[in-house]
Amino acid sequence: MAKRSIIPFGPQHPVLPEPVHLDLVLEDETVVGAIPSIGYIHRGLEKLVEKKDFKQYVYVAERVCGICSCGHGMGYCEAVEQVMEIEVPARARYLRTIWMEMSRVHSHLLWLGLLADAMGFESLFMESWRLREKILDMFDATTGGRIIFSVNCVGGTLKDMDRDMLAGICRAADEIEQEIHPVMETFLRDYSVQSRLKGLGVLKKDDAVLLGAVGPMLRASGEAYDVRMLGYEAYGDLDVEPVTAQDGDCYSRCRVRLYEILQSLRLIRQAAEKIPDGEIAVPVKGNPKGEYFARIEQPRGEAIYYVKGNGTKNLDRFRLRTPTTSNIPPMVELLKGCQLADVPLIILTIDPCISCTER
Amino acid sequence: MTDEKSVIRPVDKAEFLPAVIRLKKDRWRLAQICAVRIENGYEMSYSFCKEYQLVTLRLVTETEEPVPSITQIYPCAFLQENEAAELFGVPIEEVDPDYHHKLYRIDAETPFKEKG
Amino acid sequence: MLEDAKMLTFARTALKNLFSRPATVGYPYEPAKFPQRMRGHIEIQTENCIRCGLCMRSCPPGAIRVDKAAGTWTINRFDCIQCGSCAGACPKKCLSLVPGYTEPDYQKKEEVFYLPEKAPAAKPAQTAAKPAETAVSP
Repeated sequence: MAKRSIIPFGPQHPVLPEPVHLDLVLEDETVVGAIPSIGYIHRGLEKLVEKKDFKQYVYVAERVCGICSCGHGMGYCEAVEQVMEIEVPARARYLRTIWMEMSRVHSHLLWLGLLADAMGFESLFMESWRLREKILDMFDATTGGRIIFSVNCVGGTLKDMDRDMLAGICRAADEIEQEIHPVMETFLRDYSVQSRLKGLGVLKKDDAVLLGAVGPMLRASGEAYDVRMLGYEAYGDLDVEPVTAQDGDCYSRCRVRLYEILQSLRLIRQAAEKIPDGEIAVPVKGNPKGEYFARIEQPRGEAIYYVKGNGTKNLDRFRLRTPTTSNIPPMVELLKGCQLADVPLIILTIDPCISCTER
Repeated sequence: MTDEKSVIRPVDKAEFLPAVIRLKKDRWRLAQICAVRIENGYEMSYSFCKEYQLVTLRLVTETEEPVPSITQIYPCAFLQENEAAELFGVPIEEVDPDYHHKLYRIDAETPFKEKG
Repeated sequence: MLEDAKMLTFARTALKNLFSRPATVGYPYEPAKFPQRMRGHIEIQTENCIRCGLCMRSCPPGAIRVDKAAGTWTINRFDCIQCGSCAGACPKKCLSLVPGYTEPDYQKKEEVFYLPEKAPAAKPAQTAAKPAETAVSP
């Protein structure tokens, strides 16, 4: 047996946008074990629900994380609305869907940029983020914020979009769809990218399910599970189909995310076309009493929002199980047996979002 | 098509682990573990997903009563069980790996245990 | 193992980007363009404020303080998260979120606005004066 050594990885590492620490157990260059530890940015936001009014907490839920912000606000509202049995107006449901899909595009483009950066492909990184900027500009114009939108409220949305804004979003979607082609071609067919990603970190379908993987990580292993199929918000009226790949390696995960961008752009256009006129919010009376598990599909995968109300304006408990919490155990499993030089890429392909995980 | 009210199935401690093993055999995916502080105890919710169904096992325990770990059945539960132990002080037995209150680098011990 | 791999797939885009105008704005040499809806900072029209304190209660981080007796409206701009909750709660619509960021500073400080005295007399007189006031404001 080769001599074992332990190498600390993170919390500060060029490939990591957020702090996560791993103790890697190595035999020569091969990783035989990994122990993850988090906890550098725990803020205790779940506890804050006992202090804040349940309507105010939407703003707190949104600020759990920058990239998943729209979804966290929406998921929290969805859970509270289910507890209080509020019927959200159709226009608000469509608006939320459009913003959510735009979030997915911007999150995936951000991730593609990070992946390119991890491979040392700087021009591809810049190009991905240039495309992302178009979506951020549309967020800026429609919600007033580039990252944190503050548009969701219990009972609907706070802002409406006029026809010009919807047209602007469709125009941006068209532009991205055109300009993403060289980027997609490079990620999917370039020799250097393929030789870096193919066959790396293979997660088999059965393992993915039993290890609890969610989102693109699960779909890249061939399991067609996408919570959007439940038809929450306006997804029931749109053509959603889980994007899957079969190999379960880093390349497949990249491929799933690329095709999800195209799918989201299609959904944005479809929703902008079908959006009905009408109210954007209903007044909310009373306080939530009861409990509910809401599931929504975040860019990184399924997120679960648990809300338990006791009939006062402060909730008893809010629990947010983020996609990364579920994706860390399969990631640890993938690391076993890989080479030390591949560790950054494997960690990156789960699209870790540590702020969400620690809350 | 719409999300039905999620099913919450109360279980007692004797039938809890057998129920989890049955779910594992039927290829259910562990979705989440949630601890809620109630008067004199905890309310543990273990949610499992299969296709688009969601089933939650609800285990109600007393404050000092040990809760069996499910990491022997679902190894991926370690992160969320450690979290429940660390933030709420749920006495979960034989978590593998047990972080011994080192998962979150926080000063306060079990900050979510007491209300307010 | 590598299926139909191509070489230099990105060269064309990279060369095009090299010779085209930058995608970024030359801020601070060029002014930054803010969209109309931008949530920059809170502004108050002190003359319309009725000191009800709803903004203070609706503010998630607790950045606003309304002192009825002293007639001041205080905001800690470094605590403000630009959510717009106060603007939505204000019954007189005298709060608004307008473009433009809060300027950086050396220390956290509060900005105090003095609310103009509407009715210098005691409370009962103020309620009597109210109808007249609403008639004037539009």
